[in-house]
Amino acid sequence: MKRIPMTESSQLSTQNPSRLVRSPWGEAWIRLTKNHMAIAGLVCFSTITLLCLLAPWIAPFEPNEQNLLKGPTPPGSTHWFGTDTLGRDLAARTLFGGRISIAVGFAATLVAMTIGVAWGAIAGYCGGWIDAVMMRIVDILYSLPFMIFVILLMTIFERSLLLLFVAIGCVEWLTLSRIVRGQMLQLKTMPYIDAARALGVRRTRLIIRHIIPNLLGPVIIYSTLTVPAVMLLESSLSFLGLGVQPPDSSWGSLINDGAEKMVSYPWLLIFPSIFFSLTLFSLNFLGDGLRDALDPKSKDA
Amino acid sequence: MLRFLISRLLQTILVLYLIATVVFVMMKAVPGGPFSQERNVSEHILRKLEEQYGLNDPLHVQYAKYMWNITPKRFSPGALLRFDLKEGLGIDFGYSFRYEGRTVNQLIAEALPVSAELGFYALIIAAFLGISTGSLAALKQNTAWDHIPMGVVMVGICLPTFVMGPILILIFGFWVPESIRLPVLFWEPSYDASWMESLRYRILPAMTLGLYYAAGIARLTRGSMLEVLGQDYIRTARAKGVSPFNVVVKHGLRTGMIPVISYLGPVAAHLITGSFVIEYIFMLPGLGRHLINAALNRDYTLIMGTVLVYAAILILFNFIVDTLLVWLNPRLRLGSNP
Repeated sequence: MKRIPMTESSQLSTQNPSRLVRSPWGEAWIRLTKNHMAIAGLVCFSTITLLCLLAPWIAPFEPNEQNLLKGPTPPGSTHWFGTDTLGRDLAARTLFGGRISIAVGFAATLVAMTIGVAWGAIAGYCGGWIDAVMMRIVDILYSLPFMIFVILLMTIFERSLLLLFVAIGCVEWLTLSRIVRGQMLQLKTMPYIDAARALGVRRTRLIIRHIIPNLLGPVIIYSTLTVPAVMLLESSLSFLGLGVQPPDSSWGSLINDGAEKMVSYPWLLIFPSIFFSLTLFSLNFLGDGLRDALDPKSKDA
Repeated sequence: MLRFLISRLLQTILVLYLIATVVFVMMKAVPGGPFSQERNVSEHILRKLEEQYGLNDPLHVQYAKYMWNITPKRFSPGALLRFDLKEGLGIDFGYSFRYEGRTVNQLIAEALPVSAELGFYALIIAAFLGISTGSLAALKQNTAWDHIPMGVVMVGICLPTFVMGPILILIFGFWVPESIRLPVLFWEPSYDASWMESLRYRILPAMTLGLYYAAGIARLTRGSMLEVLGQDYIRTARAKGVSPFNVVVKHGLRTGMIPVISYLGPVAAHLITGSFVIEYIFMLPGLGRHLINAALNRDYTLIMGTVLVYAAILILFNFIVDTLLVWLNPRLRLGSNP
């Protein structure tokens, strides 16, 4: 990041010798732990992820096990969240649906991150006409209605989970590439890069040792905020019936299912919605906290 | 300013043709033609159908014809206000593959006003609620006036429209007492309904769509107003005895609105073109529903038409917003790359 944390910590250490000099990452971690909402978000998101990951072992029922005789039952001691019209246990379905939602969230973010960082870094590093062409392409893609393209991709090709997160990843990388390019342009003019070059540092080492660590901050911040955006897009698609296909379910398709029957069986809407909103909520708080921690200059911006 | 406008206009036109080309290529690259889903179509009829839609021309001829058909050839604002693209701009998207005997222009002319009206109400709700709560929170920073609305806003941002919509329907359509219940689903109550009666039907969809964006606007307004209100010229204005209302509205909001307006551009386009999800939940006959149905039915001409209309509106709004930003922030006028 900016070099302010470094100088801050060294000044502090001269004033107070008992305090260790921390790396910029250590400083950021301290700032993050002071932000209660971000920590609450981290804990909440980790809990939900853990519950979903452990779903096969902790869920009381199989997610697709039907019990037509039972039909829809309200939440109770056997079925914590109740059952749907086919008698399937909603708790199990919510946890298993969460696995897909969270998996798509992370996988698509990874796709977006890979494309965005590579694109932005190349454009920023090369500069000149390469930069101009690459960024013009990003501008053009920006003016496209993304949702439409994901819908087109999902309908033209056979719907699969793999295509889903590749398609989402392919539309979410644009902002990241702009951020990385901006950071790169700024880095190129930094005196310490010139200094390293003047000292005879090789190009690969310059990139690995000096450029990548300085790019990491904004990439981490933006990626944390991309995960909820991706999950939202996936769930919207599943809600419209264009995403995850039955018998699989994600939170989006569960909410759609609940919305259709909400008047008679409101719990079908309420439980998946709570899980989904809570996840988005905690990820957004965590992202905001990370931004404040890793980029103290932009605080309150 | 003129140079900026001309260069942006040229860029816009180029982008629209590029989009048209990409969609054209995508449609042609799809495995299976538009009629491959039809059952029991004989070879002869299939050939006739393809001939009728010009599908057996060589690809470059199809492409050239298509590009010519979507090129504006005249301009008549009156017809455009009736959403008539054929009369207004001379654009012809051709016949729909699925809706027999209907042109894509007709379908768009029916659906776009619904989406636009919904988006218009939602935009008003979003801008009014967002800017007023955001400014209030900034003025009363760190008081209950700040914390409570901003807490609500955070909840609003994290509640996606497809969660908010059903919940609002459940509450206002079913749980509240009969006398204040709002109608849910459907757009027009009847053909001869009064304006007020129709408006009641639009409250819930517009609220659902608007509240989500209101939350984002409130957050942005608060952040930028906090920054602006701390600046020297605001203190100077206060010291000169400008009334508190004028300080906030005339001096504060003008600068404070810059990030909000750059956010409003894409948002306005999203709102006007109507959210797919909202149209799906409330079963509105808007453009978004047409697009999803067209995509599911492989109605090629309708897909291309709706995508281009969407893209044109989106780009038009970005253009308006950029121009507004240059007007609001004189520093941008000097820059060579606005």
